[in-house]
Amino acid sequence: MKIIDKKQLAPEIVRFIVEAPQIAKKAQPGHFIILRYKENGERIPLTIADYNREKGTITLVCQGIGKSTYEINRMEVGDSFLDLLGPLGKAYPIKKLGTVVCVAGGLGVAPLYPKAKALYEAGNRIISLIGAQRKELLIMTEEMAAISAEIHFSTDDGSFGHHGFITEPLRQVLAREKVDEVVAVGPVPMMASAVKVAREFNVPVVVSLNALMVDGTGMCGGCRVTVGGETKFCCVDGPTFDGAAVDFQELLMRQRYYQEQEKEAFHRCKLEEAGQE
Amino acid sequence: MRQQMPKQDPAVRRTNFDEVALGFTAEQALAEAKRCLNCKKPLCVQGCPVEIDIPQFITLLVAGKPDQALAKIKEKNSLPAICGRVCPQENQCEKQCVLGRKGEPVAIGALERYCADWGRANQAVEPSCEPECAVKGKVAVVGSGPAGLTAAADLALMGYRATLFESLHAPGGVLRYGIPEFRLPKAIVDYEVGNLKKLGVEIKTNVLVGKTITIEELFATGYEAVFIGTGAGLPYFLDIPGENLNGVYSANEFLTRVNLMKAYLFPEYDTPVRIGKRVAVVGAGNVAMDAARTALRLGAETVSIVYRRSRAEMPARREEIENAEEEGVVFRLLTNPVRLEGDERGNLTTMICQKMALGEPDASGRRRPVPIPGSEEELPVDTVIVAVGQGPNPILLQATTGLALNKRGYIEVDPETMMTSIPGVFAGGDIVTGAATVIAAMGAGKKAARAIDRYLAAKKEAGK
Repeated sequence: MKIIDKKQLAPEIVRFIVEAPQIAKKAQPGHFIILRYKENGERIPLTIADYNREKGTITLVCQGIGKSTYEINRMEVGDSFLDLLGPLGKAYPIKKLGTVVCVAGGLGVAPLYPKAKALYEAGNRIISLIGAQRKELLIMTEEMAAISAEIHFSTDDGSFGHHGFITEPLRQVLAREKVDEVVAVGPVPMMASAVKVAREFNVPVVVSLNALMVDGTGMCGGCRVTVGGETKFCCVDGPTFDGAAVDFQELLMRQRYYQEQEKEAFHRCKLEEAGQE
Repeated sequence: MRQQMPKQDPAVRRTNFDEVALGFTAEQALAEAKRCLNCKKPLCVQGCPVEIDIPQFITLLVAGKPDQALAKIKEKNSLPAICGRVCPQENQCEKQCVLGRKGEPVAIGALERYCADWGRANQAVEPSCEPECAVKGKVAVVGSGPAGLTAAADLALMGYRATLFESLHAPGGVLRYGIPEFRLPKAIVDYEVGNLKKLGVEIKTNVLVGKTITIEELFATGYEAVFIGTGAGLPYFLDIPGENLNGVYSANEFLTRVNLMKAYLFPEYDTPVRIGKRVAVVGAGNVAMDAARTALRLGAETVSIVYRRSRAEMPARREEIENAEEEGVVFRLLTNPVRLEGDERGNLTTMICQKMALGEPDASGRRRPVPIPGSEEELPVDTVIVAVGQGPNPILLQATTGLALNKRGYIEVDPETMMTSIPGVFAGGDIVTGAATVIAAMGAGKKAARAIDRYLAAKKEAGK
């Protein structure tokens, strides 16, 4: 659970390589872990962004958006996470399909990467479409480029690549050629839009959902999502689901349930930090 | 006269998470112990799932030897501070007590608690074991709830090296995440778990057997037998419209946030819980009472228990129902939620309920609730906590090939040997019986430990 490497990928986005031999041994694309970084900390789910079975390490990418993730990103090489549980969730089945378009928004590249890499290694042709708010928030572009036959970027502010949402390049690719599957990972509205576009072209689309959860083992039911009209637990039935069947509106509403508390905690954390300086 | 255990005043305790029942004083314990008739054929022992020699420990208390009384209890029960608090004694030892035929039974549970608390306060010497004394073999115990803790303790006492595997970051299972601080302080759980460690039990948290490591791999790494005590941890929902609205919790989630993650201390602890002004808890078991009383303590203005049957059918312990009532929980009986409604932001606002009447008895022997036509009513709520039971968690079961399950999805075991369809793999507690009590799970853990000992001894004999 010791951090053996840390790299700042973008403002408030950090990549950690962590010693976790038991987890590395079992990790598959689509799996995630739950970590707790200190005694009174939350249980934070993070996708396993990569793993090295020989070295016994896993890669985690964390974006500091609330108190816990902000503090996690301040941990250094040599520090250890207090608790690390995994691998959790269902692995994403890797098949040779033909051409797969991998769409990522923001931090979504991190959970998308192990799937894209495994698809590439299974002989699929990968077209990667990566979007972010602005240029400096585009992450893991080299890793993605290395496994992609084609890679396109977009930024909301036009600072790099296509000016606009990543769904527009997706539409262009799907209009241009036959695609066997779309894999979309990112913020909920981005995944919902990608699913809409893929469905217009009748292309199967899978998504990776990041519902709020506590234990990550099917015990609390807090991560329930409606998929195909049925309630599923994101932690044990997912996090990968058929995008066409997901109720994204409900997911978005549920993700926002603790917004006020999160703001309060983050605010206090920043105040304390300011007070220490 | 049976001694009454002092309790925190209801008006005060509904505002704090401190323990409600305060335990007997030394004088009370002595007075109560003296009531025991020390029967020649003690029926109370027959009512105890872990076979504590009840008259003996009470005799030692009367003789002014609480240390020896505790040691007597510990011969059979490694978790007396927990059992003394959460066991339904009224249905077990105390139900059988001869004094109960004409008057009130001896308060055996309270006396057990007294001995355990005395031991903790006076740093009584707990049974311990040096690592080298455990030579009979290695056993893996999956799940550190009441069944697993008991199995591990008994195996350690029999001379085995027992390792507990727990998926959460802290051991105890339902004792940790489910039962609230005000009913079972976590310091007590820590103390009892600490005593297990003294016995030589090893505890590995953050290991989800089935995911992090499989049962096959446990055998491959040198464990000679495995006990599965993973409990019934999968929450059931009502399966009614609106159940995924914000503000609808499973009791598991609500209690886990508050107990395991200490959300009642937010923002000192990072995990939040949201409690509304008007809370409805669906169900009337002990978990429902725990959830309702927790909601009150978090600051809810009104908390209702919504239950489709009548008072007589409520499965919770009478003591817990009384505690909840004293604290101000409202009981809406013969009332069944049929639909939940929310606002445009997906936040829960209303529970639509139907009034029920009791019909003929059903398979469970309880009178079946039947809806009264045209009786729908609206209950304004902003939090609903669903406490209608739990099922088996499928993770380990699906990951273990060859493990036979029954029709309800629980593990099938030989009732005599507790062995599953896989040789050397035993199971007990809620994962075999479905959701039951702490003490029933402990009884199963005890039985399994003996069965494992017999199995390994026979195996070694055969191998000679």
